[in-house]
Amino acid sequence: MAIKTEPFVLNIGPVHPSTHGVFRMRATLDGEVVLDIEPVIGYLHRGIEKLAEQRTFTGFIPLTDRLDYISSMSNNMAYCMAVEKLAGVKVPERAQYLRVIIAEMQRIANHLIANGSFLNDCGAYFTPFLYMFREREKVVDLFEMLSGQRLTYNFMRIGGLSQDIPDEFLPALRRFLDKMPAFIDEYDRLLKENEVLLARTRGVGIITAEKALNCSISGPVLRSTGYSWDLRKADPYLLYDRFNFDVPVGMQGDCYDRFRVRMEEMRQSVRIIEQALKDLPLKGAVRADVPQRLHPPKGEAYAHIESPKGELGFHVVSDNSIAPYRVHIRPTSLLNLTALREMVRGWKVADLIVIFGSIDICLGEVDR
Amino acid sequence: MTIALSGTELGKRLAEKFPGSIVESIPDCLLVNPSLLPEVAGFLKDIPDLDFNYLNYITSVDYYEYFEVIYRLTSTKYNHSIVLKARCYDRENPVLPSVTELWQGANFQEREIYDLMGIRFEGHPNLKRLLLWDGFAGHPLRKDYL
Repeated sequence: MAIKTEPFVLNIGPVHPSTHGVFRMRATLDGEVVLDIEPVIGYLHRGIEKLAEQRTFTGFIPLTDRLDYISSMSNNMAYCMAVEKLAGVKVPERAQYLRVIIAEMQRIANHLIANGSFLNDCGAYFTPFLYMFREREKVVDLFEMLSGQRLTYNFMRIGGLSQDIPDEFLPALRRFLDKMPAFIDEYDRLLKENEVLLARTRGVGIITAEKALNCSISGPVLRSTGYSWDLRKADPYLLYDRFNFDVPVGMQGDCYDRFRVRMEEMRQSVRIIEQALKDLPLKGAVRADVPQRLHPPKGEAYAHIESPKGELGFHVVSDNSIAPYRVHIRPTSLLNLTALREMVRGWKVADLIVIFGSIDICLGEVDR
Repeated sequence: MTIALSGTELGKRLAEKFPGSIVESIPDCLLVNPSLLPEVAGFLKDIPDLDFNYLNYITSVDYYEYFEVIYRLTSTKYNHSIVLKARCYDRENPVLPSVTELWQGANFQEREIYDLMGIRFEGHPNLKRLLLWDGFAGHPLRKDYL
């Protein structure tokens, strides 16, 4: 006689080490197999879009730090670019080069955390994580040199940067760039053909390119499917059309490909910074003349960048007052979760954690 | 470079295909009649020479007299984009048809707009509040909320 079984509902999160913040999943299980999940979010909702309407255009910049707090510089930059588009501000060339350098450093720092915590989820408890934090620390030190902060930088301004870089920044960046490729090689030696990692991630959580596009997925998750779509190439902003770099893509869209794409993107970021450093004008303004009480003309503008996690955009509406009429944040992390349900169905609970970890979300951005 | 398609030209083509579907077409965007939104969106997605396969985002703005819902679409094949807008004049019970059938990426975003702006999307598979809890009163992103 067969044993009677029935589905079991397991609540994972909101406070759980593998949920990267306060994400909650109501998982319906058949034994160890995941039948369905329902993402429950909003535990970190602070109403940032509403708060923007009560602040000046410049006053909103510190709040963008609190979106994807792993890569605050990118958030600052995307918002400033949207307001610049709206107000017709032209950013000086030196500031644009520095923005490229900072954005790519931020990408390296983000991918180190993303891959480090992903390996944590795979069960390599904290060893690779600490290796990767070793290098991220150096990026954070450099950012501290620029802004005095180590997490929420608030460094970009409308029209450029808040201040010029200090004298000791470029030599320190040089030392970092000289060492970084060797560090990436070290991770590769440790992990690229690691049998345990391959067994846990190869073929797990596959998503196709069509599905990813239909679900508005962007960034490394989209590129892991083999589809080359990077806004730095597709819709170049700042000075990205001046640099040579490749867009790494995966083969089949599984967890391993997402991991590999991030590793390769770090190499490309180093390449971009090298080129930007070579061309960086040594003198010049780092901020355009923008009035402190900026009131852009009536209208709306959308600017998007390829943030480390994907397409990050700000839709800003102005009614010619000193505060934005409406700010909409295109949340990369939230939209990348759209297909999570389909990706985890049929896998075991341990794989659910791995698949979720491979997407690389930040709850500050999911909940806003 | 992503090319922003001219709303006026595309509007002419859509108005021929679906009479009454385009309320206004300016170079920046197309203002679509809400009742024909799914037809227009489906046309933009399925016609091979337009092929809008990617929905960048949906957002909504409260202008007191009406709510404006903004859809930005991109074709990753041809690298061009278009902005659609639809307006709801009924403040008490604003309703729009859902585009979740066409782009699954709309799922969370429509739930978010329902949650924060109070616009209902007809045909959405699971229209619940996304960020706030179920018993929450009001819709915070409306201009008369605070």
